[in-house]
Order: sequence, then structure tokens, then C-alpha cells
Amino acid sequence: MSEATTHRPTYRPGELEAEANAADNRNRWLLSLPALVIIVCAAAGPLLVMVVYSFLTPGDYGNVKWEFSLEGWIGTLVQRDIFDDTLMWADAHLSIFWRSLSLSLITTFLTLIFGVPTAWFIATQPPSRKQFWLFLVTVPFWTNLLVRTIAIQELIRSEGVINLVLLKIGVITEPIQMMFTDFAIGFGMTYVYLPLMVLPVYAAVDKLDFRLVEAAHDLYAGRWTAFRRVILPLIKPGIIAGSILVFVPSLGAYVTPRVLGGGKNLMFGNLIELQFGAGRNWPLGAALSLMLMAAVMVSLIFYVRVTSREQADG
Amino acid sequence: MLSIALGAEVIFPTKETRTQMIQIENAKKTFGQGDSAFTALRDVSLEIAANEFFTLLGPSGCGKTTLLRLIAGFEPPTEGAILLSGRDISRLPPNQRPVNTVFQNYALFPHMTVGQNIAFGLEMLGNPKAEIAKTVNEMLRLVRMEELKDRRTSEISGGQQQRVALARALAPHPQVLLLDEPLSALDLKLRKEMQIELKRLQNETGITFVFVTHDQEEALTMSDRVAVMNAGRILQVGSPRDIYERPSERFVANFIGESNFLDAARIGGDVTLAAGGSFAAAVPEGVPEGKVSVLIRPEHIGVRGGQPEAGELPARVETVVYSGDTTTLHLRLATGEVLKARIANAPDIDAAVPAEGQDAAVSIAPGAVTVLRD
Repeated sequence: MSEATTHRPTYRPGELEAEANAADNRNRWLLSLPALVIIVCAAAGPLLVMVVYSFLTPGDYGNVKWEFSLEGWIGTLVQRDIFDDTLMWADAHLSIFWRSLSLSLITTFLTLIFGVPTAWFIATQPPSRKQFWLFLVTVPFWTNLLVRTIAIQELIRSEGVINLVLLKIGVITEPIQMMFTDFAIGFGMTYVYLPLMVLPVYAAVDKLDFRLVEAAHDLYAGRWTAFRRVILPLIKPGIIAGSILVFVPSLGAYVTPRVLGGGKNLMFGNLIELQFGAGRNWPLGAALSLMLMAAVMVSLIFYVRVTSREQADG
Repeated sequence: MLSIALGAEVIFPTKETRTQMIQIENAKKTFGQGDSAFTALRDVSLEIAANEFFTLLGPSGCGKTTLLRLIAGFEPPTEGAILLSGRDISRLPPNQRPVNTVFQNYALFPHMTVGQNIAFGLEMLGNPKAEIAKTVNEMLRLVRMEELKDRRTSEISGGQQQRVALARALAPHPQVLLLDEPLSALDLKLRKEMQIELKRLQNETGITFVFVTHDQEEALTMSDRVAVMNAGRILQVGSPRDIYERPSERFVANFIGESNFLDAARIGGDVTLAAGGSFAAAVPEGVPEGKVSVLIRPEHIGVRGGQPEAGELPARVETVVYSGDTTTLHLRLATGEVLKARIANAPDIDAAVPAEGQDAAVSIAPGAVTVLRD
């Protein structure tokens, strides 16, 4: 035993800790290596490619020519007249931007209207039934998005279930044209993204201390005032998270507007796809993608700002 | 007999002259339905006077919090009525009752400052802004929290949160303040301070306090009157002294303080212990003559070494437990019953009490014997 103690190497004060910290850091890098590889290969790399492509010249059959050009970025907002090269606003693009933005906002609003009461209902169920309702909310995720969207098509097309029922009971005499309208896109997106609103709001309501609501009533607040002054501020983080989760993918939605909006009512995602496909203008497509990303970033920064201010306050 | 008469005078000094604030008439509360139904309150009737510090005392699950929630309006009674100043408020929602609650875990609004919390009730009542600001400052001064007005409730200690909860509930100047075990989350020293603080606030505001606790010492220290509850029923209502010295049944005696229960025979106001000795005793209503159970508090028993004289009982000392300010002796009586005696310690305590295994003479203080209803 005395031998063991005498042979133990001696350390200066703090040296052991520094050694341990260094080993800790090495381990940390090693452990996060797989994640880093995936991030570099799947996110940072392709993003860099997009940035580079957006400054190149379109090839004749798609692809790019390695000549520097700003045409891709210019083309996002303006278009050149084929005959005299005068510039004018790209009305088609602008209307698509506007449709994307307004439909995304409307979708977010509608998911709020339907999602908050749904989340509230689930969170106030007895624990055993909560699991069941949550399970129901997640069921749509099990099916392919395309299949779900086509199911919506079955509902709203001219010979679809809704029109058939309305015709049968005599509310309408002609089928309502719902397919290939903005309504169809909004309806479809609301359906598709509703769970993304319900789940974070549910998490917030589930955490809510209902004694606070009792305290509000006890202090002479009616139902509506208690909701506005106590419940709403406390579940706001969930509502904001849900709104971001719905708004961001809505902005870049592709399948739903494609199937339900037809060829006419394009959204941002379809416009991008068009440039890489039939449009054969990869630099424009790349520039549009980056624009979409910028829009998403702006809304995320807004989210971070709001929540961090909230945290700083309380 | 003299002591009983004295006791009776001490118990309800001004009962008839007080005006009633809360009347609970045959309140019953059942949760759930069918087989899973649970009855939290069975036929509770109670009167609480204006300006009274009234305590509901009982073990957890006895229904005391349910009764408080009925008064607050968070739950409607299944049967019966709750009257406030003579008006039936049984079906009024909580926001229409001039009653405020201090919740067990305070339930302070985490997204508001201390000042905003206190102002909340006043804002809901629609008071003018200037008046609200004035009352908030008054309340902060009352609970000695002036400098913490703009703090978040998460940034203050448990004791301070407690004070904010009190100030918030007192600010609208309710007719009744309900307190649901408000001190249970505090440590012992802070709890003692808050007990005195609560008593002071009640005196200064003149508001009727209804206080719920499972801590018998808390109940005895602060209350004007105490209702002891068990299994959804009120067993006894009385002053702290009444409850402690004249418990009506075994549960009450056992729940409050330490007790000796002995077998005895009663004839009129006199009982004869099975272990010997005859005493005048307090007798609650409805106890038949004959074999009864009596209570003697350990501190009402005297012990000395040697053989018993007249009026004393023979016993053998089994254990002697020293605990700082007192010494507790476990005495075996001739009947085999064990009697606990607690003696205040003096510097020469070893000489004063007999040692373990020795014979002892036990004396019982006059008026210390109480007959129990069982």
C-alpha cells in the first residue's frame, strides 16, 4: 500500500483538472463527429452549392455554365422583355410570393383557431385518455403526405363527397368549384399542418398550473379575462412555437399546392421546382431557394427575439 | 365541578354577541359517480363569526381543503348551503364572492411582477388606477415588502412569495380570507414568524380568517376557534384551550397533543379509574353512565418515588426519556395500563424523578380527567 502511494505521479495544483477537461473536450468532439459529418454533408455542403449556383449562368439543357452572372438574382424580382430587353417587375413571381405569404399566414391562423381548442381539450382530459387523443392527432403522420393530399382531393373535387352531399340535400344545384383554387390549398395545408400546432400548444397547456386559473377567478376575473390575462400569456410560448412550425413549412409547401392548386395556383415551392425542371434555369431556382430560406430565417429570428425577451422578463 | 364551570366560561366568552359571517348548513360533497364516488364531506354544519380567526384542523384527506374550496366557490356543494352574511352563495362563481384565497403553493402569476400580482384583484374589480396604486403600496407596507415591488415572483424567496400571496388576497379587502395550509412549505423558523405575522394581519385588517392546517400546534397558537375534522366530518368546534383540555372524543384527544387513555367507571360527574382513585371529571353530552374511557394529559401527572399515599396511585417506572426541557416517564399501573407523565426539567431533575425499575407514586392534578365520548 505504501508502495502504491509512493509511485503515484505528483501533479501541480490544477493540473489534474486541466487534464480532465482536455480529455473531456476530446471526447466531446469524438462523440459529436457523426452529427457533424451529417450536418456538413447534408446541410452546409448543399447550401454552399446553392449559393454558388445562384451566381452562375444557366446551361442550355438545365445545369449551369461556370460563368459569373447576377441574372439569377435579378430574375427573382424582375423580368426582361424578350424583344427590347427593358426590365419590368416579374408579376408572376410577385403574385406567387404574395400567395405563398398570405396562404401561409391564413394557414397559421386557421391552425391556431382549430388547434388551440383541440390542444386545450386534450390537455384537460384525464391522463389515461390524453394518450388516446394524442395518438389520434399523430395518426396522419403515419400516411404519406401525397396520399393524404389525394384524400383531400376526393373530398373537395366537383364529384367529391362534399359536393355530392350538398347536391343531395339540395343546398346547391351546381357543384362548387373547390379544386385548383387558393381555398383548396389553404384547406389542404390547414389539414396537413394542424398536428404541428396542436402538439406544442398541448405541451404548453399541459404544463399550465390550473391553480393559477383558480387564483384568477378567486380575484374576480371572469372566464374571458382569466383567459386573456393569465392563460394566454402562460401558453404563449407554445402558441408561438406552433405558429412557427406551421408557418415555415407552409411557406415552402410543395405537394399540397401542386395537387390541390393545379398548374395555375403556384406557391413558392412549386416555382422553385419549376426552375430546376421545365424552366431549366438553375441559378434562378437557387436564388429563389435562398430567398425562401431568408424568409424562414427572418421568422425564426422573430421567434427567438420574442421568446428571449419573455425569458429576460421572467 | 368547579373547574368545569370555569372551563365553560373560558370557552365561549362572547359567542352570543358576535355576528355570523359564514354559515354552512348540512354541506355534503361527493366527487365522481357510481362505484368510484368519493364522499369528501358528509353533512357538515358550521358557523364562523365575523372578525374571527377560525381554523379547520385535521389529518390529510379529512375534507378540510374541500370545505375551504366550497367556501371559495371552486366547487359547488353536492347538498346543503353556504351562507355569507346571511346570503346564500352556494351557486355563485368564485369571481362573484367577496372571498379571497391564499393558496397552498401561493399560485402567484409567474408572468407578473410582485406589484402586478397584488394589483390583479383590484384591476378586476375595476377600481381607478390611482386608487389601485395606493392600495398596492399599502399592502406592500403591510407585509413589509415595499422594496420588492418590481421583482418577478420567481426572483423572491418562499417566505417572500408567501407574503405576496397574502398581500394579493388581502388587497381587495374581502369579507373572508381563506388560507389553505399557507405555511406548510416554509421552514420551521419562518413558519413561526409567519404565524405571528398572520395573527397581526388579522388583527389589523379585521377580516375573518378561515385557516386550514394539519399542524395542531399552528392551530392552537393562532386560532380564536378550531374545528377538528376527520373523515369528512366535524368532530368538535371550540377554542384552542377547549379542544386541548376538553376534547370530546378520542380522535380529537389523540390528534392534538399527547394523551393517556384509561378505563374508568362514571357516576354523575365523578369517575373512578380502574387503576384506583376517584376524580371529578368533565363529561361531554351524550355519554352514558358506567364504563367509560378517560383522558389525562401527560403534563397533568405528578410522579415521586416511594409508596403512594391517599389520592395517589401505585406504579412502576419502566422508562425515563430525557428531552431537553422535559422528562417523560412511562409508568406501569396496577391494571397493566401504561401512563405517560411529562415533567418540566429543573437542574436537580435526577433527584426529583424515580429511576427506571423503581416504584413510584402517581398523582393526578385536579380537573385533569376528561371523559371521552369515543
